[in-house]
Amino acid sequence: MAQPTIWELIGTGPNGWGIALAIAAVMTILIALSGFVIGAVIGVFGAWAKVAGGPVTRSIAGFYTTVLRGIPDLLVIYLFYFGGSAVVTAIGKLFGAQGFIGFPGFLAGALAVGITSGAQQTEVFRGAFKAVPSGELEAATACGMSRWLRFRRILAPLTLRHAIPGMGNVWQVTLKESALVSVTGVVELLRQSQIGAGSTGLPFDFYIISAAIYLAISTVSGGLLQFSEKRFTRGVRRG
Amino acid sequence: MTVSTTPAAITVRGLRKSFGPVEVLKGIDMEAREGEVVSILGSSGSGKSTMLRCINMLETPDAGEITVAGEAIKLAPAGAGKSKIADRKQVERIRSELGMVFQSFNLWSHKTVLENVMEAPLHVQKRSRAECLEEAEALLAKVGIADKRNHYPAHLSGGQQQRAAIARALAMRPKVMLFDEPTSALDPELVGEVLRVMRALAEEGRTMLVVTHEMGFARDVSSRVIFLHQGAIEEEGRPQDMFTNARSERFRKFISG
Amino acid sequence: MDILFLWETFLSLITALPLTLQLAASAIVLGAFLALGLALCRLSGILPLDWFARAYIFAFRGTPLLVQIFLIYYGLSQFRGLRQTILWSVLREPYWCAVIALMLNTAAYSSEIIRGGLLSVPFGQVEAARACGMSRFMTFRRITLPLAIRQALPGYSNEMISMVKATSLASIITIMEVTGVAARIISETYRAIEVFIVAGAIYLAINFILTQLVAFAEYRLSPHLRQPAALPTTSTGAA
Repeated sequence: MAQPTIWELIGTGPNGWGIALAIAAVMTILIALSGFVIGAVIGVFGAWAKVAGGPVTRSIAGFYTTVLRGIPDLLVIYLFYFGGSAVVTAIGKLFGAQGFIGFPGFLAGALAVGITSGAQQTEVFRGAFKAVPSGELEAATACGMSRWLRFRRILAPLTLRHAIPGMGNVWQVTLKESALVSVTGVVELLRQSQIGAGSTGLPFDFYIISAAIYLAISTVSGGLLQFSEKRFTRGVRRG
Repeated sequence: MTVSTTPAAITVRGLRKSFGPVEVLKGIDMEAREGEVVSILGSSGSGKSTMLRCINMLETPDAGEITVAGEAIKLAPAGAGKSKIADRKQVERIRSELGMVFQSFNLWSHKTVLENVMEAPLHVQKRSRAECLEEAEALLAKVGIADKRNHYPAHLSGGQQQRAAIARALAMRPKVMLFDEPTSALDPELVGEVLRVMRALAEEGRTMLVVTHEMGFARDVSSRVIFLHQGAIEEEGRPQDMFTNARSERFRKFISG
Repeated sequence: MDILFLWETFLSLITALPLTLQLAASAIVLGAFLALGLALCRLSGILPLDWFARAYIFAFRGTPLLVQIFLIYYGLSQFRGLRQTILWSVLREPYWCAVIALMLNTAAYSSEIIRGGLLSVPFGQVEAARACGMSRFMTFRRITLPLAIRQALPGYSNEMISMVKATSLASIITIMEVTGVAARIISETYRAIEVFIVAGAIYLAINFILTQLVAFAEYRLSPHLRQPAALPTTSTGAA
């Protein structure tokens, strides 16, 4: 049998893997997005802890970012995937279940990517918060704004505007990190490429295709981010 | 009706404030009656800005009483000779009745000039959007930057930013305007346009407290001058008396140097 | 917590430490030369070189490192012709594939850091060197490069930490470095949390020492930014 060309592989014909790859690409985006959103939530609280927290919360947040900056992301994924399974199995035993219970790969992956992304976003939000001029906050206070109103109308929008470029960088990192989730067996882009490579004996074709798809996702999302950056940072001075 | 018979807009009694070991205000007593323009002079470190910032509680006094339009701001002891705000809601309400203009303008950089002016009336005072818009546009016309209303502060000159900040303060229909060195951050050629706006406000009969280094403004526009030295009032009086015949040696030196 | 198990895990993992360090060091050193070349291509003003470097950086920064590793380790085996050449003795070894992938990857990131450093060198100092009669190469070696390295060090130290973390991906192509051994212990014992703690501590220690070394290098390289008293008296001796 003649080997299919790379164009047949990405097509939808009899030798085509196009649909499977498209679904896998969507899965990659879903993992990255979930991780990014989890990371954003962690980042907001982490930054808040670092900026406004007492000595205990500050050192917890500091420990978290230092550890996550220093250890491989793959280890974090193993921790959540295997550690999650161990915890779920232990809980299962309490309720009388028998044997090993697996932890869903998607959940483990999204959590692991989210925790890593959260450490980066903590720093992004902290830096953005520090970049908000204190005079603008004081002006809000002087107008008689309550703390909540000041946060909602002045502090939060200004922080977000300063954070957008940094969040864009974190998004690109998070997107690439999602490839590591393939080790949990979740069929995202890289795992699908491994499956394709294995069943056709064309590893180079499949990995080049997946590389191109990653490049496309990161370029398109980068363009979108730049567009939103232009839209949302009007008037904000950069030092 | 002369100014001295109008009711007091702001009364300060026994105001004390320390930052760490440094006593910045050592018991200030002063008063500003409705319609008065009070210039507060003094060298840097004399406590004049701190005094102004205590009036709207941007700094919390250690001791003393501040009364705005007859209402005393409630303070509670916080130990170690300090005080704290007793009633946050009261302070927030009083702040919305005082218009503050800062040395560094402090316009909100993410909002246009018009949005800056409308922000507090709309969200703090909860007035209708139509009313706020109409008033904001009138105020911007009054300070002479109606054509800049859709610009962001970063795209304005310092003088234009400060005039926008004055419009923002006026938009709250304040009982008293507080100016904290409003021209000190401006290039010399831009000082005049801001002073002109302030002069017009004084002529309208607005109550103003002005911390300033502009001797011309203090002498020609204000109804009263207060000279602070090392956290205490060294001398106060009508400008025509103070600038020609000051009792204090320090004030004479201050205005000549 | 089972101290004995932690200790046994530590003893197993520490045997894999040399391999992790070797991977990181080879990738960083080889990558630095490639990065310098890429940075010079970007700054050469010769359009084809500039474009090549841009495309290279775009491709390697826009795709996940794991895809790059798979492309080299599995992908190249697709080309039967390559298997006949002498190159194959290197490319069939997972270790060398990992080193090559890490090197190519870090070069893309480092080249931008080095380029930033080179661009930060004040033109006046280059001009002064030329005025002394230094050749172009001598000016570059004696004046531009040292100043650029000093400027680029903080950013470069982050990239080195990333590389130490990235060596963990080599475990996916069967290399038993620290993460590889950790994954094996986890799959044998299902004690993910304990293994994670020990392995994480090892990586944190490596990165802590690395950070200190860079900080020391930074200190040594910047006598001009220190107190005059700290100036060595033999400052002319090295010339």
